[in-house]
Amino acid sequence: MPENTKIMDKEAMGRALMRIAHEILEKNKGSQGLCLVGIRTRGVYLAERINACIKSIEGKELPLGILDITLYRDDLTMVDTQPIVKETLIDFDLSDKKVVLIDDVLFTGRTVRAALNALNDFGRPAGIQLAVLIDRGHRELPIRADFVGKNLPTSLDQNVKVVLKDVDDKEDEVYIKNRA
Amino acid sequence: MSVWTKKHLLDLKDLSREEIEMVLDTAKSFKEVSARNVKKVPALRGKTIVSLFFENSTRTRASFELAAKRLSADTINLTASASSLSKGETIVDTARNIEAMNVDLIIVRHGSSGVPDILAKHLNASIVNAGDGCRAHPTQALLDMYTIRERLGKIAGLKVAIVGDILHSRVARSNIWGLTKLGAEVTVCGPSTLMPIGIEKMGVKVSYDIDEVIKDCDVLMLLRLQLERQHEKFLPSLREYAKEFGVNAKRLAKAKKNILIMHPGPTNRGVELSAEVADGEHSVILEQVTNGIAVRMAVLYLLLRSK
Repeated sequence: MPENTKIMDKEAMGRALMRIAHEILEKNKGSQGLCLVGIRTRGVYLAERINACIKSIEGKELPLGILDITLYRDDLTMVDTQPIVKETLIDFDLSDKKVVLIDDVLFTGRTVRAALNALNDFGRPAGIQLAVLIDRGHRELPIRADFVGKNLPTSLDQNVKVVLKDVDDKEDEVYIKNRA
Repeated sequence: MSVWTKKHLLDLKDLSREEIEMVLDTAKSFKEVSARNVKKVPALRGKTIVSLFFENSTRTRASFELAAKRLSADTINLTASASSLSKGETIVDTARNIEAMNVDLIIVRHGSSGVPDILAKHLNASIVNAGDGCRAHPTQALLDMYTIRERLGKIAGLKVAIVGDILHSRVARSNIWGLTKLGAEVTVCGPSTLMPIGIEKMGVKVSYDIDEVIKDCDVLMLLRLQLERQHEKFLPSLREYAKEFGVNAKRLAKAKKNILIMHPGPTNRGVELSAEVADGEHSVILEQVTNGIAVRMAVLYLLLRSK
């Protein structure tokens, strides 16, 4: 098996994000009371892109927040390298808003669990939905995504990498890395 | 960025430039937590922190306690006057007994230099120095550097003057270690009786004339006259000190337009600085206090998460 298998290229990613934007608006019957929260690091850039898609459809952007979940992780004592704490920037009130949480890959569900706890500290949203670019399975918690770019069956010894031009300075793509 | 490996915070002398910058960067993220409606994150849930204060303190103790609580750690405060130390127990024994209650981190302030190091040697818990004698007050210096960096965007190349009782000041010593490591040009200024001999060896300039110093410094750090540590007569009178070294509007008029006036507190209004300067547009004294919580959260987080 080759070391890296390409799953999604730039065009496919763009179409998936546009579809997610449409689905978000369809499910919520427009953009009224909606806001987006991206999970650092790549969720933030995906949230910005989805927001741009929503603007092209509805003519206006949604409020966008940035969430760092480091302080809410349940494995802080277990990981070898200490995660670096970055700023959380949510400068609007979440109370009674419909929040769409955005991340790149949904895997065990622990990041989303941490994000849900963190959002709790910012008010009481009317509801929280989850959008991810890739759902690779292997959930360890009862969590599912409302909007999925691509469902990707994987084995546990594989690694899913999302490459974004804004962060990685390389062409957008998603690939599976097979561990040697 | 490097990985934090230190178990204790005893003196900025022991930290590298990268480690100091890591504390300041981490503090930036924690500042946002204190601005929230719900000022609490679960990062140190289940950790126990004890503060052991053998000297009086308002700011530092409250700041450490709030920092620990906002990280969800459990805290208790012990003061010397209300503890068994007044019954003749040694410091190490007191600290060992506290540690036997499964404490993760001890914050200690003591009138004698080196006490935190002794505790660090005898105990398994992490030790944070909250001020020992005339030697070190690392978190104060870190919050001062954080405030300077936040206000002026950098530390390297800035001219920082530390004015007052340098001899008795642990704040001055910690700031000299930290600021010189980060590339600032530090001048210490004060009456010759309160200037330690050989201070130039720490890499600072010495001046006895505040009117010269104030002209071209970017940051003016004023120190409190530590009357409780002055067992001999170092000064003819407070009034003379205020006249020679006190910063008032007239003196400040000669300074750069965007000068920062800092003070670790508590201030003696009318001695180190006049009320109009303390409350004036250049003063960042209260910002220092706000930033102190973020910096102490960063310190507690890094120390307790590195294990």
